[in-house]
Amino acid sequence: MKAAVVEFPGSNCDHDAYEWSSRLFGLDTARVWYTSRDLAGADLVIIPGGFSYGDYLRCGAMAARSPVMESVVEHARRGGLVIGICNGFQILCEAGLLPGALLRNRTLTFLCREVCLRCETADSPFTRAVGKGGLLRLPIAHGDGNYFCDPETLDALRAEDRVAFRYVNPRGQTDEAWNVNGSLDAIAGILSEDRRILGMMPHPERASEALLGSRDGAGVFESMMATMGGTG
Amino acid sequence: MPDPQVTLPLALAHGLSEEEWRRVLDILGRVPTYPELGIFSVMWSEHCSYKSSRVHLKKFPTSGPRVLQGPGENAGVVDIGDGWAVCFKMESHNHPSYIEPYQGAATGVGGILRDVFTMGARPIASLNALHFGRPGHPRTPHLVKGVVAGVGDYGNCVGVPTVGGQVVFHECYDGNILVNAFTLGLLRADKIFRGCASGAGNPVWYVGSKTGRDGIHGATMASAEFSEETEQKRPTVQVGDPFTEKLLLEACLELMETDAIVGIQDMGAAGLTSSSFEMAGRAGSGIRMNLDEVPVRETGMTPYEILLSESQERMLLVARRGCEEAVRGVFAKWGLDAVRVGEVTDTGRAEIFWRGEKVVDMPVGPVSDQAPLYDRPQAPPADLAARRELDLSAVPDCRDPEGALLALVGSPALCSRRWVYTQYDQTVRTNTVRGPGGDAAVIRVKGTQKAVALTLDVNPRYCHLDPFEGARLAVAEAARNVACVGAEPLAVTDCLNFGNPERPHVMWEFARCVEGMAQACRELSTPVVSGNVSFYNETHGEGIFPTPSVGMVGLIEDVSRCVGNAFCEEGDAVVLLGRTRGHLGGSEYLSLLHGIERGTPPPLDAGRERALLALLRELACEGKVKSLHDCSDGGLLVAVAECGLHSRAALGATLSLQARGMRLDGLLFGEDASRVVATCAPAMLQPLLDRARACAIEATLIGTVGGEALVVNVDGQRLVDRPLRDLRAAWEEGFESVVKRR
Repeated sequence: MKAAVVEFPGSNCDHDAYEWSSRLFGLDTARVWYTSRDLAGADLVIIPGGFSYGDYLRCGAMAARSPVMESVVEHARRGGLVIGICNGFQILCEAGLLPGALLRNRTLTFLCREVCLRCETADSPFTRAVGKGGLLRLPIAHGDGNYFCDPETLDALRAEDRVAFRYVNPRGQTDEAWNVNGSLDAIAGILSEDRRILGMMPHPERASEALLGSRDGAGVFESMMATMGGTG
Repeated sequence: MPDPQVTLPLALAHGLSEEEWRRVLDILGRVPTYPELGIFSVMWSEHCSYKSSRVHLKKFPTSGPRVLQGPGENAGVVDIGDGWAVCFKMESHNHPSYIEPYQGAATGVGGILRDVFTMGARPIASLNALHFGRPGHPRTPHLVKGVVAGVGDYGNCVGVPTVGGQVVFHECYDGNILVNAFTLGLLRADKIFRGCASGAGNPVWYVGSKTGRDGIHGATMASAEFSEETEQKRPTVQVGDPFTEKLLLEACLELMETDAIVGIQDMGAAGLTSSSFEMAGRAGSGIRMNLDEVPVRETGMTPYEILLSESQERMLLVARRGCEEAVRGVFAKWGLDAVRVGEVTDTGRAEIFWRGEKVVDMPVGPVSDQAPLYDRPQAPPADLAARRELDLSAVPDCRDPEGALLALVGSPALCSRRWVYTQYDQTVRTNTVRGPGGDAAVIRVKGTQKAVALTLDVNPRYCHLDPFEGARLAVAEAARNVACVGAEPLAVTDCLNFGNPERPHVMWEFARCVEGMAQACRELSTPVVSGNVSFYNETHGEGIFPTPSVGMVGLIEDVSRCVGNAFCEEGDAVVLLGRTRGHLGGSEYLSLLHGIERGTPPPLDAGRERALLALLRELACEGKVKSLHDCSDGGLLVAVAECGLHSRAALGATLSLQARGMRLDGLLFGEDASRVVATCAPAMLQPLLDRARACAIEATLIGTVGGEALVVNVDGQRLVDRPLRDLRAAWEEGFESVVKRR
């Protein structure tokens, strides 16, 4: 099992993603610069958070058109696992690997705080260890995390059970007061049609050690490990 | 356009005095060229030369067994063991932030980040101290929103967590807000880079953003009082680009992994001028540069403009000869300009060429380190005695402690800063063990068991009433905050914000503050390793309160032992460490409830403080306590309420206090120094009390954690019984009411 963390100019959670994969879960992890087309034989590709290209033009727009993304698309086409976190989610949307877009937060400010997530499906390589209905406390840190898509896409996401996580209150109920960035249908993370790609705004890699206050994010990585260990 | 003719009136317009002009003529033996006049003007500005403060700053203790780099470099460096060191500094960006809050604050963050990574350190945490005018002032909401967004957007983009700081409101800042930015970086103790241009023949490289016309004479602006015209100085405020900063940071750190770099320095205030002169000055060398090589963003820029531009995200570096390819390669990877603009010489002179003509030819030493020094006249403020007079017999004692407590926790001074810090990325880099809201932030050092603790503190009201004791108390409180998370206080950085030093009472306040800080730093063995002075925080002759911000860094050897300030468990004992005398002078209570800002700040016994700091660390390290919280602004009742407000389970407490003849307001809201609210498991109570007594620290069981309310009995009489959720509502809504005011 191998992982690759893709690095763009302005990525700033690349180091955290690398630590998550290598130090905490022991995967052989490569760091891949955006100009490269070589994903180092990775089974799992992590698109980390940050401000690729300074968020200029639109969040993720320029990174989505960089050379390495051609390889990521190819990897995804072959059924390889891809997880995009925060700016990584924005990049996956801009690259057309996931539907919809991330708009400015409802508050019009950057928001860094802990949120509660409810896992909406156990049927994915990223959530099987978390389980449907599982509650996670994870940090968010973004200015543009307000998920939006057209009504047809939303219908499809719901009908195909592709909403991975929703923002909920601490009792696990959807509650507009806890949908802090104003996402459509409180969506915090979604899956691709073949369920092999996950994009999510909250940061599981920042909450995988008890010392940092929460281990809830570890469930996402454990799910991916189980998937890769099981089916290769 | 030809350069204007250089004359005395032009020199005066550049902020030089007549005496300084004569010194310029002496040094050069001729009339300076226009670019040379510009160089003297910025290098001898208060901001760059510290000409009014240097004679006083010498009083700081600056060395100690852990100090690897003291003041005089871009930032200070302190050894934390196992081959690691931390590098930190604090800087002001006050004037630009008042004129253009978003960019002013953002570029303040950018500047301090560069000061730290130029030393070879990776920035791992930032703090900021923000002082705004009174909440009701029409400009305050705009300034608060702009500054907070500016600080956040810059640090968030670069990917350095902002983990704490201070927000103060007071009418003395109505016309002069303060934005003090602090950054701490981590580096190997044997790999410190310095701003030193040594080795004749070594090439000088310009790296980073192109040079534009922004920020010309920013340093000179920061060296004069504000007036209506300052409003038109918006073009002197620099514009920040955090994306470029991030690239520059990574490129510099990557190049530092090689052995290509001899010396490196940020182009901060006074840009290319100060970086080149300071680097040559430190090495005792000379420097030759060709301005035609400098990457520019606009056409038609003159040598004067290129030399004085304060465009952001630029560095000057001296590389070893033969390392050209390494330098070019790294900066090309990160998509940044890297241009050879000159070389180091052994002439001791700065020789700067433009279009084949030598436009600057002057000795480096006299400009960089023989700047004028002033021991400016001092006199105590005329109303000092009146400030210190406080007749408590004319102040009725508190009849409604519950109402006073609600008012205090919901006040702009003490309410939750959540509105501010949710706009800062606090957790990027996955090192934040304790973020904003604690007594000190705790940042772990990956690959070790260690963590560093960071805090910023000052009580400007105390400094206004007694600058010496106020500054001493600021150091003591900062040390106590760091000790409350279980850390050993190591060293200090400062940002000294004052009014116009040409006024004797401002100079007197400055000198007393420096002496007070110096004494406390000696008493607590925390040397000053870096710092910054910001004078001329005045508008229309109205100065700010003396505001010496103190940044304290502490070390935790075993991060698993660090403690927080929140109540943890029902049934835990609440113990007050330290002696309560009910001191009300200068207190938040008197200011908020009675509009009185008089008296003297609480006395500080250094021996007692030292003993308390050692005890706190021991209690935390040995696991004897579950929480520790410094008792300061708002006194005992506010401190206890905060322990409940910070607890995730929203735990209340029941307290039983004895007045022993004290005034009720003094008992509940007095601000006696050197006190801490501790909680521990019932079984640990006796060992805790015994240890405290053995250290000669008074320790009193004052209550029990539990319930949903804060209940306070004094001499058996129930005076407060309020659900914590009421206090929380006031505490959480306080800040919104400030920023939403119109």
